[in-house]
Amino acid sequence: MSGTEREHASSFGVFAAVFFRDLTIYFRYRGSWINPLFFILMAITLFALGIGADSKAVLAYSPSIIWVIALLAVLLSLDSLFKSDFDDGSLEQLLLSSQSLYLAVLAKTLAHWFVTGLPIVIATPLLSLMLGISVDIAPQMGLGLLLGTGILSFIGAIGASLTVSLGSGGLLLSLLSMPLYVPAIIFGSQYIQDAINGWPLMPSLSMLIGLFLAAMVLSPLAIIGGLRLSVEA
Amino acid sequence: MTIDTINSQIRSVTGLELCNISCEKAYRRLFSGLSVSLSAGQCLRILGSNGSGKTSLLKIIAGLSRDFEGVIHWQVDERSQAFINKSELLYLGHLTGVKASLTPVENLSWWVSLCLPTYHLQHKDICNALSQLGLGCELNTPCHLLSAGQQRRVALARLILSQQKVWILDEPFTAIDPLGISQVEHYIKQHQSDGGMAIITSHQIIHHVELLHLDLADYQQGAK
Repeated sequence: MSGTEREHASSFGVFAAVFFRDLTIYFRYRGSWINPLFFILMAITLFALGIGADSKAVLAYSPSIIWVIALLAVLLSLDSLFKSDFDDGSLEQLLLSSQSLYLAVLAKTLAHWFVTGLPIVIATPLLSLMLGISVDIAPQMGLGLLLGTGILSFIGAIGASLTVSLGSGGLLLSLLSMPLYVPAIIFGSQYIQDAINGWPLMPSLSMLIGLFLAAMVLSPLAIIGGLRLSVEA
Repeated sequence: MTIDTINSQIRSVTGLELCNISCEKAYRRLFSGLSVSLSAGQCLRILGSNGSGKTSLLKIIAGLSRDFEGVIHWQVDERSQAFINKSELLYLGHLTGVKASLTPVENLSWWVSLCLPTYHLQHKDICNALSQLGLGCELNTPCHLLSAGQQRRVALARLILSQQKVWILDEPFTAIDPLGISQVEHYIKQHQSDGGMAIITSHQIIHHVELLHLDLADYQQGAK
C-alpha cells in the first residue's frame, strides 16, 4: 500500500469509527430516536385536531405544518448532538485526533440524521394519512423530508457546536439556527405543495438537493470552528 | 567536533519548548513569563494550588486552548514547528473521554481508530491492555456500571497502547487505588526510558519516576 492509499484507508476508518460508535450510543438510548418520532406524531395529531374536520384547510396548511414540526423535532434533538461528548471529554479526544476532523464531524452529523431524520421519513405514510394527504404521494413526500431533515441536521449542528459549552443552550440554539432554516422551509414546503397538486417536482426538488449538498459539504467546516471555540472555553 | 557530529546531535534533539507563556482567565492573570523546555526522556510535574492554572496550562500545551501569549516550539529531527504534532500527543484530561454507554473495549477501539489508526492494533491488544489494569472481567460491561476508579482505568489503558511521544496527564491518579498508582507510575517510567516525554499534574506524591518540577506559584503575579 502506498502512503496516500494508507491515508485514505485510515480516513475512511475514522469516518466509520465515529459513525458506528454514535449509532451504537443512539441505539442504547432508545429515547434519542423514538422521542423525535413520537414528538412529530403527537404534534401533528394536535394540529389535525385543532384545525378540525375541514379537510380542505388541513390540506392547504399541511406542507408547512409538516415542515415546521420536523424542524422542531430536529432542533429539540440537536441539543444533545455534542453535549454528552463535551461532558465526558470525548470531544477533546476527537479534536486532538490526528485524523481528519472534517470526516469525523461529518460522520457524527450523519449519524444524528440517521436516527432523527430517517424515522420521520419512514413514518411519512402515517403522517400523510393523519393530514388527509393521499398516500400515493408518500414516496415523494418521503424523499422531500429525507433531504429536508438532512439540511436541518447539518445547519442545526453549527448552532449545536456553538452552544454546547453553555449550560442550557437549547433556546439559543433555536434562535441561531432558525434564520438559516428559511431557504429549506421555503423550498421544502413548495416541494410538498407541488406534490399534493400534482405539479412538476423537478424545480423545487433540485433546489432541495442543492441545499442538502451545500449544507453537507460546508457545515462541517463551521462545526469544527464552533467545537474548537467551545472546548477552549 | 566535525560538522557531521554537530548535525547528528541537532537531529537527535527532540523536545518541547515553552517560551514566555502567559495566560489570563476571567480578567485574572493565572501565570506569566513561564518558560520551560523538555527533551526526550524527561518528565515534568506541574505543581500549583487549586485554581492556579494547571489544567489551563496543559490545555495550552496540548493545543486545545489558543487563549494565551507566548510561543510553543515542538522540535523533531531538524524541523521545528508550533505545537506538538497531534499524532505524537496523548492527552488525558480531567474528563477522561470514556463514554458511559459503551463498553471498555468499544471505548478503546474508538480511541485507537482516532489516535493510533496507523498502528493496526488488534482487538486482543486492547483486551490485553484492559486486563493489565485489572478490567479483564469487565471487558464488555457498559462503563456506567463500572466504578469511578474502573472508568479511570479504562482511560489509563491508553497509556499501555500508546505510541505517542508526549503524554499530557491531568490528575491521572484521581480515584485510583495505591496498587493502580504504582502501576501507572511504572508505565510512565517505561515511557520515559523509551525516550518519551510526560507532563503531569498531580497532588499525589509520585515515586519511582525522575521528575522535573515546575511550580506555577513562581510565575504568578507578584512572585519573584
